[in-house]
Amino acid sequence: MASSSAPRVAAAGPVVSLRNVTKRFPGVVANDRVTIDIMPGEVHVLLGENGAGKSTLVGMLSGLQKPDEGEIVIDGMPVDISSPRQALDLGIGTVFQHSMLVPSLSLVDNFALGGAWWRRPDREGLARRIGEQATSIGIRIDPFALAGDLSLGEQQQVEIVRALMRGTRCLILDEATAMLTPRDAEQLGELMRRLVKRGIAIVFITHKLNEALAYGDRISVLRLGRNAGALGPEALAAADNHDAMAEVVRMMFGSAASEHTRGERRPLPAASELRTVLEATNLSVDDKSVPLSAISFAVGAGEIFGIAGIDGNGQKQLAEVLAGQRPIAGGQIALNGADIGRMTVGERRNRGLRYVTDDRLGEGTVAAFPVSTNLLLKQIGDVRFWTRGLERPAAIADHARKHVSEYDVRTPGIETPVGKLSGGNIQKVVLARELSGSAEAVIFSKPTYGLDVQNIRTSRRRIQEAADFGRAVLLISTDLEEILELADRIAVISQGKLVGTIANDSEARQKVGEMMSGIAQ
Amino acid sequence: MSVEDISVADATDRARVDRLRAAIHMILITVGPVIAALALGGLILIALNVNPLEYYAYTLRRGLFSPTGLQATLTRMGPLLLIAASLIVAFRAGIWNLGGDGQFLLGAVIVAASAPLMTAFMPVWLVLALCMVMGAALGALWSVVPALLRAYHGVNEIITTLMMSFLGVSLANVLVKLAFLDPSTTTPQTRTLPVDDRLPRLFGTTTSSGLIIGLVTIIIVHLMMTRTAFGLKLRVVGANAKAAVHAGLHVPLLTVAVFAISAALTGLAGAVDILGTQGNVRADWNPAYSLMVVPLVFLARFNGFGTIAFVFLFSVLSIGGESAARKLGVPNYFSLVVVAILLIVFGLTEYLEQRRQTIARK
Repeated sequence: MASSSAPRVAAAGPVVSLRNVTKRFPGVVANDRVTIDIMPGEVHVLLGENGAGKSTLVGMLSGLQKPDEGEIVIDGMPVDISSPRQALDLGIGTVFQHSMLVPSLSLVDNFALGGAWWRRPDREGLARRIGEQATSIGIRIDPFALAGDLSLGEQQQVEIVRALMRGTRCLILDEATAMLTPRDAEQLGELMRRLVKRGIAIVFITHKLNEALAYGDRISVLRLGRNAGALGPEALAAADNHDAMAEVVRMMFGSAASEHTRGERRPLPAASELRTVLEATNLSVDDKSVPLSAISFAVGAGEIFGIAGIDGNGQKQLAEVLAGQRPIAGGQIALNGADIGRMTVGERRNRGLRYVTDDRLGEGTVAAFPVSTNLLLKQIGDVRFWTRGLERPAAIADHARKHVSEYDVRTPGIETPVGKLSGGNIQKVVLARELSGSAEAVIFSKPTYGLDVQNIRTSRRRIQEAADFGRAVLLISTDLEEILELADRIAVISQGKLVGTIANDSEARQKVGEMMSGIAQ
Repeated sequence: MSVEDISVADATDRARVDRLRAAIHMILITVGPVIAALALGGLILIALNVNPLEYYAYTLRRGLFSPTGLQATLTRMGPLLLIAASLIVAFRAGIWNLGGDGQFLLGAVIVAASAPLMTAFMPVWLVLALCMVMGAALGALWSVVPALLRAYHGVNEIITTLMMSFLGVSLANVLVKLAFLDPSTTTPQTRTLPVDDRLPRLFGTTTSSGLIIGLVTIIIVHLMMTRTAFGLKLRVVGANAKAAVHAGLHVPLLTVAVFAISAALTGLAGAVDILGTQGNVRADWNPAYSLMVVPLVFLARFNGFGTIAFVFLFSVLSIGGESAARKLGVPNYFSLVVVAILLIVFGLTEYLEQRRQTIARK
């Protein structure tokens, strides 16, 4: 309990350094020779898109994952962080986006949880120490309050207090402001400033550029798992806010000129001449975490309409309400001019609406069932495969064989349980099911999420083909590269609203980047 | 997967060998545990100072190799098979209907109360048919509350069906003691259905045709669950409810249907037991068949034909065990101990089997 005596800035060297750290997962390199120094007394902001490798980095620092190459250096000594407990012992504390407190216990009991099981926790003493620690960093906590009664912002403050009481010198705040109200986020920012004054190093991970500039001393940007650039304290102090933002956006999303890799597309007629297939008008959805409101867009035949945005801003809700899996609260959804907003999933499918879910194993397929059954999962009872409710094994097998070869599904057989296939092949099964037949409009939700390079390419080609066949394609993705490569027009979703729609031209990257980072409204 | 070209003949040959090996393997992992369980049960018998060979031999003789024993065994199978069918529908659809005892007894009581009165002004076949419908209907009725709570509020059906089962068993007892008491006897029980008015016996034996009803039902249920669109929908709901929503299935409606079918089959089991075997319901009678059948259905992995085999084995053990209990002083429920050991051994086999497969894959 190295608590109230605040650690002094002893040496000028970094508290924690990552040196050429590489971490690979099957099919992807999450971190590629990343080097970052975390200095005491500084808020070090880590920026990057979804999938840029921030979470992996945090995972390695907090002992959840181990680097494949490179080393982590603490106080000049290379260390091997093999467990979260060891990370804590080394003085690295992590506060995650979602609260790690047990909601039904009081704060004191939450703090006592790590203690020896045979010892009765000294609640009074612990409460006193919590109070002292909280006061010393300028916040107020009632140690006997139930964790579940606190707001998310307060819960994070409590977790910071807990981390400090365990002797943390390097505090990682992983997307800490993502779920907070603006007021709570501001308080957290002020708290961070107070903490660094006491010599603590803070790693602050965020998507919001204004926060990064307001509270950060130093900014590092990750892109595709690599160091994409950094701004030191001098540079941040010297540049005015607008220049700094433009610089960071360029680092995060790449420069517009060099990497615009939109595929070869046939020219589309002007938006006004397209036959509108899928249209949402003033759509709203009730949801506890991210309600949708005032969503309007129209997708024409043969068009790919991309919806970019940071994960968790209502993408799932939007896809599900369009597909009919969740009730609509207001507004309209029209397919070929007919209102489908209140139809069932099956009726929408019969009219040609298809939904390629991102949750391939969770809801897209039934893992234990054979490939052949999963290919017909949305047509159970169809007269071509069931005569008066009785299955026709030959017809079902023919259907499966045809789709397996057409979509190049690598499977030992059509009777193999789909859960035994690789992610890429499961995705092919889902694509085969959704794209075959008389599809009119297709919703793709994060279609390449978690796939390897080969299968990403295949999936993107399928999306392209769907549009080339004259289908209206709605591409919801958190991967900006994907949207820039495929989409004709791009909208950005943020906190359940569409914050602007632009054409995918040479300035799209910059504009979308700004909309995603909360600069442009 | 091999990508190189292999000749068709080779492929079929290999497929045949693979199939044979798979079949032998299947028999080994099915029969092996049975023998192991009997051996372990034998150890317990030795601890009880009973010669296990004598016990098993006596059990088999009385449950299987004597004509009356075999007939009793086959008769007992009727209601058990119906309960098993009920559980197969529910379990395959991911619904843990454990309220079978209440549904069974209520079905039994309503039939025992009505059948003797109905025979006065109806032909026997009509009485039997109507009584079976009544038993099924009452069983289904007793599942309405858990069904609606589960389908529309997501309340765990294990708790609600068990609660309803306690209520159902008590209600059945109350009905026997207060409403349906036979005025002509001093023991608290319902009127007795004359033997001539019961379900017909098979081929001049004492075996009740309840066996046929049970066999036909469980085979129909098995085919329904494995071969029809309706059964597939239920299995999708059971295997992955989110996928069912994604695929556009009406999950609440299907859930209610599962409860109705499952509870109706259990109620029917109660009716068949009364119409075929018991003839009346005594106060405080509760054979608790339904919870006994649960492990059997698990052992058969919800397969109808496998279940028939296990129900037969269990009937032999329980009929024979009842005689052996009187003769050798081993408690009546020792057959349940054997079933429990069997379940554990099967669980272990499955675990080892999966480990073997993961190791083989690596």
